[in-house]
Amino acid sequence: MSETNYKSLFTNGLWSNNVAMCQMLALCPLLAVTSTATNGLGMGLATMFVMVSSNLITSVLRMIITPQVRIPVFIVLIASMVTMVDLFLNAFMHELYKVLGLFIPLIVTNCAILGRVEAFASKEPVLPAIVDGIAMGLGFLLVLVIVGAFREVIGSGTLFAHASLLLGPSFGWMEITVIPNYSGVLLLILPPGGFMALGFVLTLKRLIDRWAENRPTKETPVEDQKLSEGAA
Amino acid sequence: MQETLACSPHAHNSMTVRRIMLNVCLALLPCTAWGIYSYGLPALLMLLTTVFAAVATEAFCLKLLKQPLTRLQDSSAVLTGWLLALSLPPWAPWWIAVVGGFFAIAIGKQIYGGIGQNLFNPAMLARVALLISFPLQMTTWPLPTFVSGYSPGIFESFGIIFGNTALPDGVTGPTILGNFNTEASLGTSATDFFASSFSLKDSFFGTTPGSLGETSALLVLLGGIWLIVSRVITWHIPVIMTLSAGVPALLLSLFLPEKFLGFNFHVFSGGLLFGAFFIATDLVTSPASKVGQIIYAFGCGFIDFIIRVWAGFPEGIGFSVLFMNALTPLIDLYCRPKIYGRNLNRQPMKKNLV
Repeated sequence: MSETNYKSLFTNGLWSNNVAMCQMLALCPLLAVTSTATNGLGMGLATMFVMVSSNLITSVLRMIITPQVRIPVFIVLIASMVTMVDLFLNAFMHELYKVLGLFIPLIVTNCAILGRVEAFASKEPVLPAIVDGIAMGLGFLLVLVIVGAFREVIGSGTLFAHASLLLGPSFGWMEITVIPNYSGVLLLILPPGGFMALGFVLTLKRLIDRWAENRPTKETPVEDQKLSEGAA
Repeated sequence: MQETLACSPHAHNSMTVRRIMLNVCLALLPCTAWGIYSYGLPALLMLLTTVFAAVATEAFCLKLLKQPLTRLQDSSAVLTGWLLALSLPPWAPWWIAVVGGFFAIAIGKQIYGGIGQNLFNPAMLARVALLISFPLQMTTWPLPTFVSGYSPGIFESFGIIFGNTALPDGVTGPTILGNFNTEASLGTSATDFFASSFSLKDSFFGTTPGSLGETSALLVLLGGIWLIVSRVITWHIPVIMTLSAGVPALLLSLFLPEKFLGFNFHVFSGGLLFGAFFIATDLVTSPASKVGQIIYAFGCGFIDFIIRVWAGFPEGIGFSVLFMNALTPLIDLYCRPKIYGRNLNRQPMKKNLV
């Protein structure tokens, strides 16, 4: 493999090959936990940690793992990472753990993580694997927080409510009441709201893509070429 | 002489989308007029706000989709807003009307690709979304003005709909379905309730609280019969839907009269008749074939009955219709009509010509 283009790893992870917005993976936890932006942030951080660490270990062991047994081995690696996160959250962020509940163990079955391990980390050296984990995890975190914020602002009129449970009391400033005395729109907090919010985010992403495509600038073709090289 | 080339069919009847929509609006007039008479000026303001919101949203969406605004002339947005308003509590505040109208058109219809493409009935989708989101406002039922004796003037009416004028005590009451749910949970037997609280005459002529358009069974029937006569709908869906809620009620009330209310109660109260004639018969979201329509109508009526009797909500027309809407593509798939010249397995028939 030629020299890795770290910049394209990040553009892929955050935008052009985003886990949730382009690969359409990991939608189950995305729809289930994003009733508030804080939940999204917590889930995103947990997923990102699992992604980075399992990418790292897989990349280290990639010469030993034979293709025949790779899927069970990947799953065991991911499951160990998830168990660590699960126990850590239960011990140190118990309130958040109660909210995220079942969805933390379910990170094991998160196809986005297995997808990155299989498609990237098992073929690449350690450093690019870590960077890819960070980029993809950040991209997923971004979507989780955006969808969570959209649902939370419209659904209950707050933003990052209970953020201090997740990040410690010094982050109390993040808890914003956007609309005071708001009776709330329950629909957005319930599962249908998750589907609707995700739909709007996807639409927005495609609108921005289309706008960027049609913008007549000189850099755009060069940039596109780089991206497609990175993806290939 | 000018000649034009056109594809077949060359014979048309004059049933355009616009004409169907206006026919339905005409059929809605009697129960709407009765609703406005019963609930006064606030009801009229609420109706106008909902229709305006629906039409404005339609215009906005057409603009976004770069389609000609002349499409507004098909009147489907007017009808959707109107149906939605008739299914709302008569004195719902303006933001309920606006959110509902927007939701019905933008999310219920235009996101699917506009008229004819939507999977769910837009008016019912909006009603259910509102019911789930704003349970308090969506279950505040004013009594008809001639029952409570409180008829708000012009300023009060604007206050009720556009401001937050608090309603005086004693001008709201439960719908009869909600009332029965409460009474049943307190241990009143169905027989006692039927004798003390239900009056067939009140439900038939519409002097009980309820949504704007559903209270008078007589006027709903009148509009429905006009729809059948003018061939917008056929009798299958309304009749079967009513019966599939009414017959289980009849049977259960025969065997267990202490717990279940009978045919008259279930058919003439709540939105069953209104739903059967105006909601479930939506041409876009109901199956195309007759067999399919029968299955669909049975589901709508029976699920509504189940929701009324055993579920948490007193009335379930919206849920049952949306549920069967979701099954409509499947029903259509399995109930395709036989192709002419082929057998039921779509194989060509054998040439048994003598």
